[in-house]
Amino acid sequence: MTAISVNRKTYEINATEDTPLLWVLRDELGLTGTKFGCGIAQCGVCTVHVDGMAVRSCQMPVGTVGERAITTIEGVGETSAGARVQKAWLDLEVVQCGYCQPGQIMSAAALLAANPDPDDEAIDAAMAGNLCRCGTYVRIRQGIKHAARS
Amino acid sequence: MKRKVILSLAAGAAVLGAAALGLTGWMVFQPGPYAFATGKPIPLSAYHGPSPTGVPAELASAAPAARGAYVAAMADCQACHTAPGGKPFAGGRAFVLPFGTIYTPNLTPDPETGIGKWTDAQFLNAVHRGIAPDGSHYYPAFPYPSYTRLSDEDVLAIKAHLFALPPVKQANRPNTFGFPYNQRWLMAIWSALFNPNERFRPVPEQSPEWNRGAYLVEAAGHCGECHTPRNLMQALDQRAKFGGGVAEGWTAYNISSDKISGIGDWSAQELASYLSSGHAHGRGVASGPMGEAVELSLSHLTKADIGAIVTYLRSVPSVKGDLPALAGPAPATPKLARIDNPVGKRIFEGNCASCHAWTGAGAAREEAQLTGVRAVNDPGGANVALMILHGSGGPTPHRPYMPDFGKVYSNDEIAAVTNYVTARFGTEPSQLTADDIARLRAAN
Amino acid sequence: MPRDPEAMQAGTLSRRAVLRGGAAVLGGLFIGIELPAGRARADEPQAAGAALSAFVHVPAQGRVSLIMPAVEMGQGVYTSQAMCMAEELDVGLDQIEAIHAPPDREHYGHPIFYVQATGGSTTTMAWTEPLRRAGATARAMLVAAAAAEWSVPTSELVTARGVITHPGSGRAQRYGDVADRAARMPTPADVPLKSPEQFRLIGTRARRIDTPDKVVGKAVYGIDVRLPGMTFAALTASPVLGGKVEHVDEAPALAMPGVRQVVVLDDIVAVVADNTWIAEQALRALDIAWSPGANAALDQAQLWADTETAATGPGVTVRKEGDATGKLAAGALVEAAYELPFLAHTSLETQNCTLHVHDGACEIWVGTQVPGYAQAGAAQVLGIPPEKVTVHNHLIGGGFGGRLEAGPIVTATRIAQKVAGPVKVIWSREQDIRQDMFRPLYHNRLKARIENDRITAWHHRVTGPSILARWLPPAFKDGIDSDAIDGAAEPPYALGDMLVEYVRHENGVPFSFWRGVGPNSTVFSVESFLDLIARKSGADPVALRRGLLQKNPRARAVLDAAAAKAGWGTPLAASAFGARRGRGVALMHAFGSLLACVAEVAVTDGGDVRVTKVVVAADIGRIINPDTVVAQVEGGVVFGIATVLHNRITFAGGRVEQTNFNDYRLLRINEMPTIEVELMASTEKSGGIGEPGTVIVQPAVANAVFAATGVQLTRMPLDASLIARSV
Ligand code: FES
Ligand code: FES
Repeated sequence: MTAISVNRKTYEINATEDTPLLWVLRDELGLTGTKFGCGIAQCGVCTVHVDGMAVRSCQMPVGTVGERAITTIEGVGETSAGARVQKAWLDLEVVQCGYCQPGQIMSAAALLAANPDPDDEAIDAAMAGNLCRCGTYVRIRQGIKHAARS
Repeated sequence: MKRKVILSLAAGAAVLGAAALGLTGWMVFQPGPYAFATGKPIPLSAYHGPSPTGVPAELASAAPAARGAYVAAMADCQACHTAPGGKPFAGGRAFVLPFGTIYTPNLTPDPETGIGKWTDAQFLNAVHRGIAPDGSHYYPAFPYPSYTRLSDEDVLAIKAHLFALPPVKQANRPNTFGFPYNQRWLMAIWSALFNPNERFRPVPEQSPEWNRGAYLVEAAGHCGECHTPRNLMQALDQRAKFGGGVAEGWTAYNISSDKISGIGDWSAQELASYLSSGHAHGRGVASGPMGEAVELSLSHLTKADIGAIVTYLRSVPSVKGDLPALAGPAPATPKLARIDNPVGKRIFEGNCASCHAWTGAGAAREEAQLTGVRAVNDPGGANVALMILHGSGGPTPHRPYMPDFGKVYSNDEIAAVTNYVTARFGTEPSQLTADDIARLRAAN
Repeated sequence: MPRDPEAMQAGTLSRRAVLRGGAAVLGGLFIGIELPAGRARADEPQAAGAALSAFVHVPAQGRVSLIMPAVEMGQGVYTSQAMCMAEELDVGLDQIEAIHAPPDREHYGHPIFYVQATGGSTTTMAWTEPLRRAGATARAMLVAAAAAEWSVPTSELVTARGVITHPGSGRAQRYGDVADRAARMPTPADVPLKSPEQFRLIGTRARRIDTPDKVVGKAVYGIDVRLPGMTFAALTASPVLGGKVEHVDEAPALAMPGVRQVVVLDDIVAVVADNTWIAEQALRALDIAWSPGANAALDQAQLWADTETAATGPGVTVRKEGDATGKLAAGALVEAAYELPFLAHTSLETQNCTLHVHDGACEIWVGTQVPGYAQAGAAQVLGIPPEKVTVHNHLIGGGFGGRLEAGPIVTATRIAQKVAGPVKVIWSREQDIRQDMFRPLYHNRLKARIENDRITAWHHRVTGPSILARWLPPAFKDGIDSDAIDGAAEPPYALGDMLVEYVRHENGVPFSFWRGVGPNSTVFSVESFLDLIARKSGADPVALRRGLLQKNPRARAVLDAAAAKAGWGTPLAASAFGARRGRGVALMHAFGSLLACVAEVAVTDGGDVRVTKVVVAADIGRIINPDTVVAQVEGGVVFGIATVLHNRITFAGGRVEQTNFNDYRLLRINEMPTIEVELMASTEKSGGIGEPGTVIVQPAVANAVFAATGVQLTRMPLDASLIARSV
């Protein structure tokens, strides 16, 4: 049995080691804020933080997580960058259907934690892996800049 | 693993041209595939060690069906004789050659469209000599110059395996060769020159493991058909054995023991892992034709057989190649001043970085590592481009895979992202153009 | 141009018009839903507080619940619907709770569609009035109850933020305090609504009420439902459209740990397991033999050709004014055909449905635009009365028309029927695309006669399937699909003698509504064709359109606004994205809204297109929440750019060739143009805004590419090889 730390809580996992973290979070731990969209690392809705780095959880076998700290959308509000991004998202009404937004927020929070004042090129580099079918990109970009200033 | 043999008009002309006789002699009279090994090959019947042919010891008492399936997997018939999405062994897979397209025939026991009416003798004649029941000669896209080394028993075990398959009624598609390539009698001449028509001869001075490996590599696995370069007459150039070749547009890399271009600095364990699972940590993932070889053939072999292959491969002398040494780790910062390729970067950050990471170390799983991978450190760039175009093959249970991007990304975009990947993670950037990508698309 | 609702009822042409008429024919729905007094539940003793109508529930304690007839899919309708009710009820948006309406056509049936549905950019058009009335009536009943208690005339009471005050005496009480008594009051008729000057919410940039939960991962979409003891199912349909299961050996799946069950239906194989991943892996391990059936030869080239052939066959006249046929026969003709491919919806939340079938009843947890169809569909599968089916509706992770069908819910019911206990059925992305009901393939042929630089005759023939004939049969009248021809029948322009025809052609590929619906094909074609005419006659595309809008000042104002904002006519700066540059314009009137768009593109030598800037001017009538309107336009533009640049579903050997986002390409943030939106002040009736952005940007981009390359592409999406420099 594997143990992983999610949002500073330790969980014993029943799933096999090759099960993607995404399905452990959603189906086993009930942390459904992290979404499924493609399963092939093309949409980003499953993004979580692994030791602060944005990672597509649909690609990460839970057995490879080890001691590293997982943060999900349910927990990212406790980080400074996460809280600022969430607030900016509301201030600017970024969200439409909202399905992609946990992933967008996780990518954006990881970006801001590493780069407090990202320019457009840095935003592209960090955010281009996150699709939004509702097309909220204009406000995502504004939201990141807004959060950076806050 | 023989996918494609290029038969040029020059080949035919050279056969006939008296002036070329000397050159022809050089090409014809060349060492055998394992002449490099110390010792003197002897007939199998005279060999006293454990048999290098047939199934491995642990399967010796298995049911005949299991043994037949194993030998068929050793020889990897299925990959070529199955069309994409088609029924296994029913043929129809296209191989696009410069002078036309060749379609593999139906090997299921359907009496009309398959091989259901073939006798043992006809089957042996086809596999050992490349001669069809009607007397015509096969193109050496069918690797009979390798298969000729298979023992009669093994060939007939394959036949038994094929005859136990459900028959599939699927007519063979004719090849689309125009004159003069449709002149099959030319193949008789080629065959006389280049098919030794000789069964495997073990080398008693070498270990039993080595001999088993030689049989698996040279007779059944036909590795050289892709990994050994070809001479002017499209025969394998054994003087540059395993120095690298081409398979359906993919570069089949140097697998001689050259330390830089070849596999000389791979550990036995890395080789075994790569062959049996298609992946070795830090070495990349077997893709394209090699991915199929792993999936349909090598992954079905026993540990001991994989070990034998590794032993044999590591004994092959070094053939110096011209590939650069592998580059080291790449930086994590997206923006690198030395790479001016905005289109490539745009595609990479959108479609690639999620798995491969800006460091190229693999974001979430090691199979996605790009640094240290030969294809990425090949300024030719073909394999990276083909991987992007076609992906690593469809999903199979519990195996990661890379999707294909060829359907909606343009030739300019694929060229750009290939050049970006080789620049960022390799030793020397590739310089592919949209035209190069168009050519790769056409080569299957 | 589209006429007013009364004229629409007279049998003319806009889709909305026919539906509205249909709704009236179907029994006076405005009355049916307006304020069903019977819903006041004062007689129910357990009710702490009271349901003052089907839409408003005021509890003794806590927040006022507003029941949302239209489902939230990101379009902001929870907020706009709540604003309408809260405006008249005099509560703050922070004092309310939004609740999904249960399936109940009588009370939540769409005033235009009649069935309970959210779609077609109709929410605002359809619901603004009834919801305001619901709020106003509830307020009137609350005020009446307080007035009776205090024995003062109602006219002396004022309300604000859920509190009733009698300024004269200083007395005050909360709505909750009087709710029970209010519910026993007679329902007043004809409660007056506020005049626009009295609005405090409508027209303001109100905070969305659904978003706070969405940014912290707390919002529950259908796919997030969790039930004790639930299992997880993955499913596959035949790769060949409509193929049937011939044989499947269940053993390889059942041998995998965590697999519970393999469910084999005639057209579907599903694996039920302890988690979604195991189910998916076990499904991959199955070697399923499919019999391909009739579609094995279905091929894209053939589909295009068949439609083109059908387009020359008999059609139905939609609109005929003057003698277009005669004039067109006289020559001076411009002619072109525009073809649009099948498209998938690909909302990021894949199709999913959680069910528990037990004891002759069924519970469904799902996000759907059509809860009523879902209920009926499941009931039919199970052979039980609809009342035995409970639908718990959820947030939708992107609808775009893909959840206007009950098909996936029916499929999931067929699986769940064979499973003990609750089961969540999740479509992989590959299956979501393969099993989608696609935006139909459309063909538009246009002919125009040009005399002295003027268009004197116009013939537009639309060929495609009828979605309405299947989805809302009463709306399919006289052989005309009013959706398919919306945008063709009543373009905003004066085009001389008119002939508009519709050819219904169906080709065996399943089809359904898709963001932008009919106008995606008609507006694209009309606007592309006008640019072709402009080029042939050497006219400027904006000037040409202005000339056709002399009798339509509202449309012309929108066009002018977009052109001015975009700097139409000024030279384009060089772009790093491609040497060839172009600007394109388009105008539309559909969904009750008028939009004009100017797009700028850069085209590489290889033919890759980058949209660099998009300007939209919109007159959508009275605006409820301007910020949401801008967001919808921005999102629609992004949706439309992916459509015109990349998207298509194609068939080969009966198989859908696209699988996932690697080959169904959406726009990414690093491919975005700048987007500028100008909202025109307007006091006209509110129009829809969910779809128009998608519709209008496509012809604008195509026209910009035409301007940049001199090549007009007539089959979407754009094809780089046809505009590569060397060609
Ligand atoms: S679900 Fe992981 S990237 Fe799409
Ligand atoms: S907000 Fe709907 S997908 Fe991004």
